[in-house]
Parts: sequence; structure tokens; C-alpha cells
Amino acid sequence: MKNRAAYFGVFTALALIFSYVETLIPISFGIPGVKLGLANLVIVIALYKIRPGEALLLSVTRVALAGFIFGNYFSIIYSLAGGLLSLAVMALLKKEGGFSVIGVSIAGGVSHNVGQLIVAMLVVETFSVIYYVPVLLAAGAITGFFIGILAEQMLRRLRNIQF
Amino acid sequence: MKVLKKKDIVLVVIIFLAALGAFLLHELIGAAAAGSVTVKVDGEIEAVYSLGEDKEIEINGGTNTLVIRNGKADMTEADCPDKLCVKQRAISRNKESIICLPNKVVVEADSKENSEFDAVAN
Repeated sequence: MKNRAAYFGVFTALALIFSYVETLIPISFGIPGVKLGLANLVIVIALYKIRPGEALLLSVTRVALAGFIFGNYFSIIYSLAGGLLSLAVMALLKKEGGFSVIGVSIAGGVSHNVGQLIVAMLVVETFSVIYYVPVLLAAGAITGFFIGILAEQMLRRLRNIQF
Repeated sequence: MKVLKKKDIVLVVIIFLAALGAFLLHELIGAAAAGSVTVKVDGEIEAVYSLGEDKEIEINGGTNTLVIRNGKADMTEADCPDKLCVKQRAISRNKESIICLPNKVVVEADSKENSEFDAVAN
């Protein structure tokens, strides 16, 4: 049982490192809010490898730590909304069954963007952000797809490791 | 081993249909040329400017600068760290907008038809 805390620490460290690596990648897609979502790779793997409650805790811890280190008050709120919605959707699809890791990851990428968009709507109290919906949906699906491929490959290699 | 399952493909198709739908809706709304821009700060309408005359406007006590030129509105300066609103392209069509989230500033373009009545001089 005591190992759980250690594994959780490793997952948190990994997620944080990926958040950091992401800040180093100077890819600008020219659209606010679109990024690769490398940290989601760790979240997807956590979803398949550790308990749902722990995955939730991991997601919140990751957002809070990364927010305080690399971001600001605003980025924490956006990341939290995106992260929580994305995790909820992914957990639901995984429980529902019939989806591959890639499908779950795509849904996660899309719902991450949708969550952030909803917060953006509430913050600026306007519907004009609807303008970004097509781009954010497509971007979420594409980044989710790539993260899903990575996660699938990693999970295949982690098959014999039980946390 | 097949990588994508049937449900995955259905999911992707739904996502892209939703994206296409939202895009078409936006194209439909944005078909009309805009006649004015509304400046909102924190959800409150601060001012409405006509796109007809060139002008430089300080918004929100100087946190953002909006320039109207040749019938287009463009955010040229902002004091936020990422400057995403400055990077956005100039707006000139109905319901297009420039949004600066850190300063809660929204600049929204409105079509000519409903702008004539509420346009105010600065």
C-alpha cells in the first residue's frame, strides 16, 4: 500500500515535466489556446493504470503545480476547467467501453478545449468566442489523436507493470 | 491489431461534423460586413465606434489600444504577457471579435443594419 504514494509522486513528477517541456516547444499554431497537451499523455496513462480517484487527484495537482510555476491565476482556471472536463469525458468513455486509447484521448483533447472555451465565455460574458469552436474542436481531435498513439504505445510497454 | 475501433471513428466523425456545423454557422453570421465595433470590458458595454472613420482608442484606462483604419478594427497594444489579442487579425465582418482574456476586454464587430442607431461619437 505504501507504494501507491511513491507511484503517485512519479506520475505527478512526469506530468509536471511534460508541462515544462511543453513550455519549451515554441510551436505557435496562431490560435490562442491550441497546444500539444503533452501532460495529457500522463493523464491518459494514469487513467488506464491507476484508480480513477487518483487520476483525478493527479490532474488537479498537475494543474495547480504547473499553474503556479509556469502560468498565472488565469491559466490555472482555464487548465482546471479543461483538465476536469477532459478527465470526466475520458473516464466515461473508458467505462462505456468500445473505444480504443486513441479514441478516449481524442475525446479528452476535444473536451479539454471545450472546457476552456466555456470558461472563456463566462469570463468575458460573450458568445463571440463561438468563433473559435471549429478550430478548437479540430485542434483538440488532432492533438488528442497524436497523444493517443503515444499513450497506446506506452501502455503496451507498461502492460506487465501493475501500480 | 486494429488501432482504431468502430466507436472511435464514429466519435471522430461527430467531432468534425460539429466543427463543420459551427464553421458554417459562423460563415453565415459573418457574411454581412460590419459597420461598427462594440467595446466591452468585464461584460459591460463601454463604447461603440463606427468603422467608417479612422481612430485610435485607449481601452480600459490604457491597458489595450484599438486602432480603426480602412474599415477594420485591430488591437495594436496590450499590457498582458502573451499579447494574443494583438496577434489576432483585424476584424471587419459581422460578429467577429478580438478578445483579451487577462484584461477582460472584448471588441465585437456588428453589422451595418443594427449599428446605425446605437453608434455614438467618442
